[in-house]
Amino acid sequence: MSKKKMWSGIGTGMFAILGLVYIAPILIVLMNSFKKKVYINKQPFTLPDEKTLNGIENYITAIDKYNLLSAVGWTLFITVGSVLVILVCTSMCAWYITRVKTKFTQTLYLLCVFSMVVPFQMVMFTLSLVADRTKLNTPWGIIIIYLGFGAGLAVFMFCGFVKSIPLEIEEAAMIDGCTPLRTFFSVVLPIMKPTYISVGILETMWIWNDFLLPYLVLDLNKYKTVSIAIQYMKGSYGRVDMGAIMAALILAVIPVIVFYLSCQKHIIKGVAAGAVKG
Amino acid sequence: MEKAIKRYMPIFILPTFCAFILGFIVPFLMGIWLSFCKFTTVTDARFVGFSNYVDALKDTVFRHSFWYTALFAIVSLIMINVFAFLLALALTQKMKGTNLFRTIFFMPNLIGGIVLGYIWQLIFNGVLASFGTALGLNEWYGFWGLIILVSWQQIGYMMIIYIAGLQSIPGDVMEAAQIDGASGIQRLFKVTIPMMMPSITICMFLSITNGFKLFDQNLSLTAGEPSKMSEMMALNIFNTFYGRTGWEGVGQAKAVLFFILVVGIGMIQLRATRSKEVQQ
Repeated sequence: MSKKKMWSGIGTGMFAILGLVYIAPILIVLMNSFKKKVYINKQPFTLPDEKTLNGIENYITAIDKYNLLSAVGWTLFITVGSVLVILVCTSMCAWYITRVKTKFTQTLYLLCVFSMVVPFQMVMFTLSLVADRTKLNTPWGIIIIYLGFGAGLAVFMFCGFVKSIPLEIEEAAMIDGCTPLRTFFSVVLPIMKPTYISVGILETMWIWNDFLLPYLVLDLNKYKTVSIAIQYMKGSYGRVDMGAIMAALILAVIPVIVFYLSCQKHIIKGVAAGAVKG
Repeated sequence: MEKAIKRYMPIFILPTFCAFILGFIVPFLMGIWLSFCKFTTVTDARFVGFSNYVDALKDTVFRHSFWYTALFAIVSLIMINVFAFLLALALTQKMKGTNLFRTIFFMPNLIGGIVLGYIWQLIFNGVLASFGTALGLNEWYGFWGLIILVSWQQIGYMMIIYIAGLQSIPGDVMEAAQIDGASGIQRLFKVTIPMMMPSITICMFLSITNGFKLFDQNLSLTAGEPSKMSEMMALNIFNTFYGRTGWEGVGQAKAVLFFILVVGIGMIQLRATRSKEVQQ
C-alpha cells in the first residue's frame, strides 16, 4: 500500500514539474513585459534587473499608443453580442428543423452540417465583398456574419439535443394553450440549458480568438480586435516596439485566463460534449 | 402540433436562414463561380474556364506549400495524439492533483493563434540567438517551431476528449480482462484502445483538419519566412488574394482546391478509423 502511495507521490511531483514547464512560455512573456524594449530580444530568459526594468511603462505604451483597451472592448462586444445572437437564433431554428420535417428544413440541416467542413479560405474573399457591399463591416454588422458562419456547428449541436427531448412535454404545453413561441421559451429552453452552455463556450472560444474573419470584414481604420491590434503592432513597418508587444500579449491573455478559471468546469464539459457530437 | 408551429416559421427560421444565406451560401457559390473568372472586383469578372486552376497547379510556391502542409499535418497529428493519449492515461490514474494538471494542460487551447505565435516567437528566437541564428532563416526551424506550438496548444484539448473516452469504458470489461489474466500492456492494446476508437477517430479527424487549415499561427510565427518557404496552404491562398493584383481568380481556384482537399482528407480519415470501431 505504501509503495503505491510513493509512486503516486512521484507521479504528482513529475507532473508538477511538467505543468510548470507547460506554463513557462506565458511566464516568460510576463517577465519580459516589465523589461525595457531593447533588452527583450537580447536577453529574453533573464529576470529584469535594475538596468533592464521598465516598470509598467510598456503597458502604458500599449494602451495609450496602440489603443489596446478599445481593442479589448470591441472584441468583448463582438464576442458577447455574436454568442448571444447565435444562441437565441440557432436554438430556435434547430427546434423548428427537428419538429417540422419538410424538404426545406431537411435541406437546411444538411447545408448546416456541410458548412462545418468548409475551410474559411474558401469563402474569405467573397465574404469580405458581401460584407462590404451590405455595409456589415461594423462591429454590429459582423454579428450577423458570425451568426451565418457559426450557424452550422450551433444548429447541428442543438438539433442533436432536441431529438432527445420527449415530444409529450411540448404537446402538453401546447394543449394547455401555449403558443409555439411560449412553448419554446418556457418549456424547451430550460431543458436545453446544458447545450446552451456547451455551444456558448465553443462559440466564445472561436470568436474571441478569431483573427482572419474580422480582419477581412471590419473597417480597420475604425475598429480593431485584440488579435488584429497585435498583428498591426508587429506588422507595421519601421521599428517594432517589443516591450509594447509583450504587454499587449499579456493584456490579451488575462481576459482568457479569467474566463477560463471562472467557468473551467463548463468549458471542459463543453469541449467534451462538442467533440462527441462532432 | 406541426401545423401550429409552422405558422411561426418566420420567427423561428428566418433570422438564422437569412444570415446563413448571406454569410455562407452566397459567398460559397460566388467563390465557386469566381474561380472560373478573371477579376479584380466582382463587377469586372470575365469567364476564363479552367485557366485559373492551371495557373494554381503550375505555381511552384503553392505546390511547395502543399507538401510542407501535408508533412506538417501528419507530424502534428502523431505528436498531438500520442502525447494527449499518454497524458489522458496518466491523469486518469489515482494520483493527487490530476484536476489541477488537467486545468493547466488545457489552458493554452484558449489563447488565440496570433497571440500564441508571438509568445513562441520570443522563445524560439531567444534560444536560436544563442546559436547565432534565428527562426526566419531556415524553413525547418519554422516547421518544428510550428509543431511545438501546435502541440502545446492542442494536446490539452485532445486530452480532454480522450479522458472522456477513457471514463466511458465500462468497469466490468476491464475487470473481466484482469481476471482472465491480461497484463497491463495487453489490456491497453486489446481493451482500452479498441474501446477508445470513437475518441481516437474524432481526435485524429480534428488534428488532421486543423493541421491543414492552420493559418493564424503560421502568419504570426514565421509569416512564411524565409522567402515563403515556411508558407502553408492557407497562408499561401491569403497571400495570393491580397499580395498580387490580378491573381484573385487564381487565389479563388486555390481555395476551391484547398476546400476539396480538406473535405476529402477528412472523409478518408473518418472512413479509415470508423471501420476499426467496435460496437460496445
